[in-house]
Amino acid sequence: MQLTINGQDHTIDVEDDMPLLWVLRDELQITGVKFGCGIAQCGACTVHIDGQAVRSCQVATGSLEDGTEITTIEGLGTPEALHAVQEAWVEHQVAQCGYCQSGQIMQAASLLNVNPEPTDEDIDLVMSGNLCRCGTYPRIRAAVKTAAKKLQEA
Amino acid sequence: MGRVRTIARRTFLIGSAAILGGVAFGNYAVRRPHANPLATDLAEGAATFNPWVLIDGQAVTLITPHADKGQGVASAQAALIAEELDIEFGQFRISFGQPSPAYWNTAMAEDAVPFRPTDESLVAEAMRSVMGGVMKLLGVQGTGGSTAMADSFDKLRLAGATARETLKLAASQQSGVPVEQLETARGAVQLPDGSELKYTELAAQAATIEPVSDVPLRDPSTWRLIGKPMERTDILGKSTGTLDYGIDVRVPGMVHATVCTNPRTGGVMNGYDASEALTMRGVKDVVEVTSGVAVIADNTWRAIRAMETIQFDWGPAPYPAEQADHWATIEASFSDDHLDSQWRDDGDAETALASGATFEAEYRSPYVAHAPMEPLNAIVLVTDDAVEVWTGHQLQGLLLMEISKITGHPTDQITLHNQYIGGSFGHRLEFEHVKQAAEVANQMRGTPVKLTYSREEDFAQDFPRHISIGRGRGKVEDGKVVAVDLSIAAPSVVGSQMGRVGLTVPGPDAQIAAGAWNNPYSIPNFRMRAYRAPELAPTSSWRAVGAPAAGFYFDSLLDELIHEAGADPMEERIRLMEHDVSRKVLETAAELCSWGSELRPNQGRGVAFVESFGVPVCEVVEVTNTEDGIRLDKVWAVCDVGTIVDPVNFENLVQGGVVFGLGHAINCEITFAGGIAEQSNYHAHEAMRMYQCPEIIVKGLENGHKVRGIGEPPVPPAAPALANAIFAATGQRLREMPFNKFIDFV
Ligand code: FES
Ligand code: FES
Repeated sequence: MQLTINGQDHTIDVEDDMPLLWVLRDELQITGVKFGCGIAQCGACTVHIDGQAVRSCQVATGSLEDGTEITTIEGLGTPEALHAVQEAWVEHQVAQCGYCQSGQIMQAASLLNVNPEPTDEDIDLVMSGNLCRCGTYPRIRAAVKTAAKKLQEA
Repeated sequence: MGRVRTIARRTFLIGSAAILGGVAFGNYAVRRPHANPLATDLAEGAATFNPWVLIDGQAVTLITPHADKGQGVASAQAALIAEELDIEFGQFRISFGQPSPAYWNTAMAEDAVPFRPTDESLVAEAMRSVMGGVMKLLGVQGTGGSTAMADSFDKLRLAGATARETLKLAASQQSGVPVEQLETARGAVQLPDGSELKYTELAAQAATIEPVSDVPLRDPSTWRLIGKPMERTDILGKSTGTLDYGIDVRVPGMVHATVCTNPRTGGVMNGYDASEALTMRGVKDVVEVTSGVAVIADNTWRAIRAMETIQFDWGPAPYPAEQADHWATIEASFSDDHLDSQWRDDGDAETALASGATFEAEYRSPYVAHAPMEPLNAIVLVTDDAVEVWTGHQLQGLLLMEISKITGHPTDQITLHNQYIGGSFGHRLEFEHVKQAAEVANQMRGTPVKLTYSREEDFAQDFPRHISIGRGRGKVEDGKVVAVDLSIAAPSVVGSQMGRVGLTVPGPDAQIAAGAWNNPYSIPNFRMRAYRAPELAPTSSWRAVGAPAAGFYFDSLLDELIHEAGADPMEERIRLMEHDVSRKVLETAAELCSWGSELRPNQGRGVAFVESFGVPVCEVVEVTNTEDGIRLDKVWAVCDVGTIVDPVNFENLVQGGVVFGLGHAINCEITFAGGIAEQSNYHAHEAMRMYQCPEIIVKGLENGHKVRGIGEPPVPPAAPALANAIFAATGQRLREMPFNKFIDFV
C-alpha cells in the first residue's frame, strides 16, 4: 500500500494488523515516534493522520486508505526549522529524558490546530492521555501556552 | 594483609551499595591514578590531557561518563569542563566514552559511610576519604545515588583547567609569546595582538607535551556558566525527535528480538512450544535464554506477536506466591534475630515510653515498578574476538563483567556504546535485558541482535521497590514531642541487587532506614531500629531507594505526634531541627507558602521534611477536599544542594521528583498473585497524569558545604506531605501507600 509520510510517498507491504507505529519505526526507520506501552495508555507513539493526533500503536495499517497523509515529529519541524510548539518546548526546556516528548509535542500541536486558545482545563484534558514518567507536566503546560501565543502572533 | 583486614572490618559498617571484594592494596595503589582510556588508540595529531578532554584537528570532544537518563547530566558534566576550558556550548561534542576505571565514582563511596550526610566531623570526613580510596582502587564507575554532580564537580573543572593550561603552553611554543601573556576564550587561545589560535589548531602541538598539573580552580565569582541558566545540549534533539535513544539505534544487518522469561521472576522454564510462532511471517528463530526464550524476527512487532503464541511450562516462584504472605513475612521480622542495625539511640526512648500515655501507629509501603518510558532494550554483536554493545546503562564497568561471563570474552574485547536513556528510576542499574541480548547474540555470532522488551515483559520482570512496614511509637509532653521510637522491617534491596551480580555486601543495609534515622532533628529520646526481613520478590533501587518509604514513616509519625501535642506542624519541626542548613530549608518553605495564612473551606496544608543523599528537602502540599475527592492544589519544594549548577534543569528535576513522589503515593503498587505481578502495563500503574498535577513552586538554596545531586531527594517528602495535607483537610490519616485504596482523588 501507499502512504504519504512527512510529505514523502512510501510503498509498504506488511500484515494488515501491523500497527502503524511499527511500520514507521521498524520498516521505515522513522524513529522519532516512540513505543511506550502498545495499548493506548502513554501517548509516546502519537502522530498526525490528516492533521489529527492519533496513537499510532492503535492504528492497524490495513485500516488506512491508500495515500493517507501521516506526519511524525520529524515532519512537524526540524532542528533548523522548528515548529512553534517545538520552539516553545526548547524555550521552556521541557524535556528530561525526553522519551515522551515527541508524543507530547504532536498532541499539543494538534490541540492548538483545533483550539488556538486553550484554557488550562482544555490543556489538562487533552494532554492527560500523554504520560510523562519524568514529571515534566508543569513545563508542558507552560510551553503549550507559549506555543499558542507564538502561533497567534505568526 | 594487615591493611586488607582493616578495610574488611571497616566495610562491616558499610551499609550502602559500596561494592567491595577481597582486594589487597596499599597506599601507593590508592594514590596512583588510573590510566587515561583516551590515550589508547589516540590518533596522530590528537591530544588528550586527562580522561575527559580529547582534541584533534576537527573537534573538541568532552567525555561525560555519567549516564544520562534524563537528569541532564551529560550537559552538566560538559558545562563543568567548559567552565574552566573556556569553550562555549555549541563549540564541542559530547561523548559518553568507554567504561574505564578512570571514571570511578568518588561520591558514591562517600555516601557509603555510616555517618549522617549532615555530619561533617573529622571522623566522618576521614572515613569518607578512606572509602574514596577503595572506590578508586576498584575503579567503580557508576551513576546512581544522586552522586553525579558531587563526583564531577571538582574533577571535571580540574580536567578543563589542566587542558586549558596545557593548550596555552602549546600556543606559547607555537607562537613564541610567553604563557603569561596568553588568555583563553571561546575555544581558542587569545594572543596579545588580537589574533587567536583555536584549540583544534593546537591539538598536534599539545599532544607532544606533558599535560600541566596543579592548576588552581577559578573563584566561583568568576564563573561564566555554573549557576546560570543553560540550554541543555540535548534539548533540541529531544524536542525534534532527532536524538537517538538505545531503542532507536540501528546496526547494519541486525535482527529484532524480544524475550519472555518466567513471570515468577527467578523461576525456571520447564518447557515451551513455539511451533506456531515459527510459522509466522518474519520469524527467524526461537532460542532459549536463561528462564525463557527469545523470538528472533525481522521486526519488533512480529517478534512480540509471535511470542504471544508460545505456550510455556513455568516452574514456581522462588518467593511466596501470594501478596498476603509477603506482608506476613515482613510482620514476622520485627524480632531480635532480624535486627539489622540500631541506627539511632538518642536519650532513652525505652524508659521514656515505659510510662504514661504513648502514641502508636503502623505504616506500610508497597512494591512499586520503575517503568521508565523507554522500554528496556539492547543491541549486542558477538564475534569470536569482540563484543559490541549498544544500550543505555548506569553501571558500565560491571556490565562489561556480566557480558564477559556469558560470551567468555575478556572485558577489554567488549565495547560499550552507551546511549541516552529514556528514563531509569533505577531500572538501568539492572543487567538482565543486556545479558539476554548477549545470550542470544552469542548463539548467533556475527549477527547484531536488537532486543526490545514489550511493556508487559518490562512490568513482569521489573525488580520493584521493596515493600516495608514501619512501626512507630512516641510521646508528647507540654505541647512538645519528647520521644520517637521507629522500627522498620524490610527485605534488603541492596542485598537483592548486589546478589544478582554475585556480590555480597557485608554489614547492615542503610537503605532500610534511609530517610528516617538521618533526619537532623534533636528529639530528646529518639530510637531508630531497622529489621532485615528475608528476601522475598527480588527488588532493586527505585528513585531514592529506601527514603520514599522510611521517610514517609518517620515524617508521618512525627506529624501525628505534633498533632497529639497540639503544636504547629511547621513550628515544631523548626524547633526540633538541629542542623542550620536544614532549618533554613524549613524556614524558607514556611515563608514561601505563607505558612499559617488563612485557607479556603475544605482546604488543608501539610508539611514534610526528609533529608536523603545529603540533601535536606521540605515540601508543603495544599489540597482541597472536593465532592469528587482530593484535589492537589499547590506544592512548594525547598531544597539545599550546596551549589546549583543549572537553575533551569534544577527546577525541572525538583518538579519531576515531586510529581514522581506524589503520583506513585496516590495510585501505584505491584502486588503478587500466583507468584506473578498483577499489574502489567500503565493502566494498572499509572502514577500522575497532567490533570492531577498541582502547581509546583521550587526554591533552591545553596547554604550546604558540599555539592549534591537533586535527582532523588525531592521524591521522599512528597508522600508524607500529601498525607499530612489530607489529614489537615479531612481529619483522615493515611498510613499506607497507595492512598487511593483509602480515599478518592479527583
Ligand atoms: S505506545 Fe501507543 S499509547 Fe503507548
Ligand atoms: S521527559 Fe521522560 S518521560 Fe517525559
